[in-house]
Amino acid sequence: MLKYILQRTIYMIITLFIVVSLTFFLMKLIPGTPFSNAGKLSHDQLQIMIDKYGLNQPIPVQYFHYVVNMAKGDMGISFQFNNTPVSKLIALRIGPSAVLGFQAMVVGSLLGIILGVLSALRQNTWVDYGSTLIAVAGKSIPSFIFAGLMQYYIAVKLGWLPVMFWRGPEYTVLPTIALAMFPISIAARFMRTEMIEVLGSDYITLAKAKGASFYEISVKHALRNALIPVITVMGPLAVSLMTGSLVIERIFGIPGLGEQFVKAIVVNDYPVIMGTNILFAFLFVVIILVVDILYGVIDPRIRISGGKS
Amino acid sequence: MKNSKFSLLLVLTLVLSLFLSACSGSSDKKNNNSGSKTAKAPEQVLNVLESAEIPTMDSVMAQDVMSFTMLNAVNDGLYRLDQNNNVIPAVADGMPVPNADKTVYTIKLKKDTKWSNGDPVTAHDFVFAWQRAIDPKTASPYGPYYMEDKIKNATEIANGKMKPSELGIKAVDDYTLEVTLVKPLPYFESYITFQLFYPEDQKYVESQGKDYAKDAAHVLYNGPFTMTKWDGPQGTEWTLAKNDNYWDAKDVSLKTINFNVSKDPQASANAFEAGQADITPKLAQKAIISQYQGSKSLVQYMEPTVWWLKMNEKNPALKNSDIRHAIALSIDKQALVDNVLANGSKVADYIVAKDFTSLNGKDFREDSNKFLQTDKKKAQEYWKKGLAELGKKDLSISYVGQDTDTAKLTDAFIKDQLEKNLPGIKINIESVPFSVRLDREDKQQYDLLMGGWGPDYQDPMTFMDLWASDSQQQHMSYVNPKVDALIKQAGNELAAKPDERWKALQDAEKIILEDDAAIAPLYQRSVNLLIAPKVKGFVHHPVGADYSLQWIKITNDK
Repeated sequence: MLKYILQRTIYMIITLFIVVSLTFFLMKLIPGTPFSNAGKLSHDQLQIMIDKYGLNQPIPVQYFHYVVNMAKGDMGISFQFNNTPVSKLIALRIGPSAVLGFQAMVVGSLLGIILGVLSALRQNTWVDYGSTLIAVAGKSIPSFIFAGLMQYYIAVKLGWLPVMFWRGPEYTVLPTIALAMFPISIAARFMRTEMIEVLGSDYITLAKAKGASFYEISVKHALRNALIPVITVMGPLAVSLMTGSLVIERIFGIPGLGEQFVKAIVVNDYPVIMGTNILFAFLFVVIILVVDILYGVIDPRIRISGGKS
Repeated sequence: MKNSKFSLLLVLTLVLSLFLSACSGSSDKKNNNSGSKTAKAPEQVLNVLESAEIPTMDSVMAQDVMSFTMLNAVNDGLYRLDQNNNVIPAVADGMPVPNADKTVYTIKLKKDTKWSNGDPVTAHDFVFAWQRAIDPKTASPYGPYYMEDKIKNATEIANGKMKPSELGIKAVDDYTLEVTLVKPLPYFESYITFQLFYPEDQKYVESQGKDYAKDAAHVLYNGPFTMTKWDGPQGTEWTLAKNDNYWDAKDVSLKTINFNVSKDPQASANAFEAGQADITPKLAQKAIISQYQGSKSLVQYMEPTVWWLKMNEKNPALKNSDIRHAIALSIDKQALVDNVLANGSKVADYIVAKDFTSLNGKDFREDSNKFLQTDKKKAQEYWKKGLAELGKKDLSISYVGQDTDTAKLTDAFIKDQLEKNLPGIKINIESVPFSVRLDREDKQQYDLLMGGWGPDYQDPMTFMDLWASDSQQQHMSYVNPKVDALIKQAGNELAAKPDERWKALQDAEKIILEDDAAIAPLYQRSVNLLIAPKVKGFVHHPVGADYSLQWIKITNDK
């Protein structure tokens, strides 16, 4: 097991390096400067700024500096936020995004799994149709519509919850629900398909023949096996939820990463783009590793240490 | 069949109630804390929404409206703009006194103004800030742009040929400044109200080093308010409190101003509806504005930003004046502002914005004519003539526009107008992000480009010197010696003769538009925002800071 994790860690570092390099060169292809008043400056005036920030150096040199600094843990300074270190920008913004993403993930997976299991157990009944409907709606209605409607009716009209901002638990309710719609639908759909398949397999029939209870069959035997594909999808989904949603953060005025990342791309704030992207990539590879380890925990058949090598 | 439909409905109801019950759990009436409706004296607290964070509170490094607006609230320069946008003394004691040829100004300072750490505000603080702004080592985004060719030796210092200490500003004593100009500046007084020229306490700035202005605790204040909470440039919440030591504190009513960032316009309107905000950011979307048509809360005013189509004369077809006239005349601008923008923006048949500058009480626009008014018939005549001169039957033209929703709608409308009215023209729209648009403009990689210009100082020249052939911001290869001569005159020998100077600028505008159709002016932008009726005394400015909050009073109005 340890050997496996070590091996995977080396792959992770290689992946990250490739991501860093690709992002760097792609970013340099974007035309324009990171200076928001560039349209007013003369060439000489612009040149002073470009020199000051080392943007006049050849791209390979910039790349080398970047990789070296990155290895030292220095992500550079932001252009749009007057030289604030990128690490500080990310540190301050990741909290709300992570809390929101985590809540949405928990609510979404739980509700989704329950809905999926229910509809599999009550296949082709109104329970099944109902949960399918929710799944389809959650996947096809864009979150800004859902968020906007909830904000208007629940917060403005009914006044039950605050309209926006990030000041306490009650402020997280609406954005969490809005963000949870997608994981609900994904979990419900996968769970239903898998449960139906598992329930139809031989060992379930055997368990039934042996006289196991309904609870034992569905929770102990079926659910556990059906969870594996769901975890495969939900892992990466968790990363994308926890690293911030542009739309939800904008609508509910949440100081998160998603909004900041998109703005950085639009205004060519290179260090922020790079820093955020690397963070995303890092979380991604870590989660994939965690998911792989979880497989073994849930299903002894695919325990890693045994099979390979 | 019937049964399954019924069960569907049941499920829907169940789901809804699930959500609602999930919501109702916590805090019922916790929001709606602002706007108490009792008759007692209203609390002097204001809640403002902004659409952006504050990138910096270092006046020398500021380059955006949000920073300028906040600096204007918590700091005080030599002069500031009052409720009617007239220049009034701030730290200065009286108006600047020029020498005979108006190239050297002497400014006396008030002797009792203080920084928030107790240090007195002196002439040296201004000298330090100005020198810091022009020093190439600082790389101030606005310093060189603002000072070059205006303040003595600024150009040479920015280019590294002189030392910052040689800049044309000098502290004669602790409370007297002497500013030396390259040439007379008719708009000198409003020019130095700009936030770049604010003082900075040398001792403090140098002692803080890299930490200077990193958050509310690392800036000094000498303005109507102080900043009590601000986590730095990435902060989305900040708070201002009245500065009791401000020299004009008796005219400041507000005790506290809470700011929050909200980037989604509809969400901002929702927060306003729910009483979480008293002032929204600017709202440009017609869908939102139409909800508030006729409401007491909707505040609409003209902004001095004019939008136009730039025509790149590197393209031989656009070098032809008849083709340019055809393009400029064929767009139905009235339909553009009424139906496409629908936010109160006004048709612009001019370059210099309306309601922006006045001389002896007369707006620059008042006795100027309108040029290039929409005229499809004339456009088609020009078009035929132009095509004949070029020996062509059709033209394919690239069009660079921005990638915002409003910009895309506008661009599609203009494409439609041109292709409908000018047979044989083919417009290829490219919608790009702002920074890319600037890049394409700078490299002159476009045929038509949708661009706008906001003023830097309160004088028509800020709109007019763009069109001189040596302008660094024109990017169209437009050259007309007559225009060059008029703009040069207005900038030099006529500097001390305001009436003749305006005449020269008006003549230049006429040549650029009527004779040359160098650009196709489209519209002057209108600002829409929501302000709660209880808020009185909101003041907006044409240049520098967007608005001032220091004269606001909260009343009992609803």
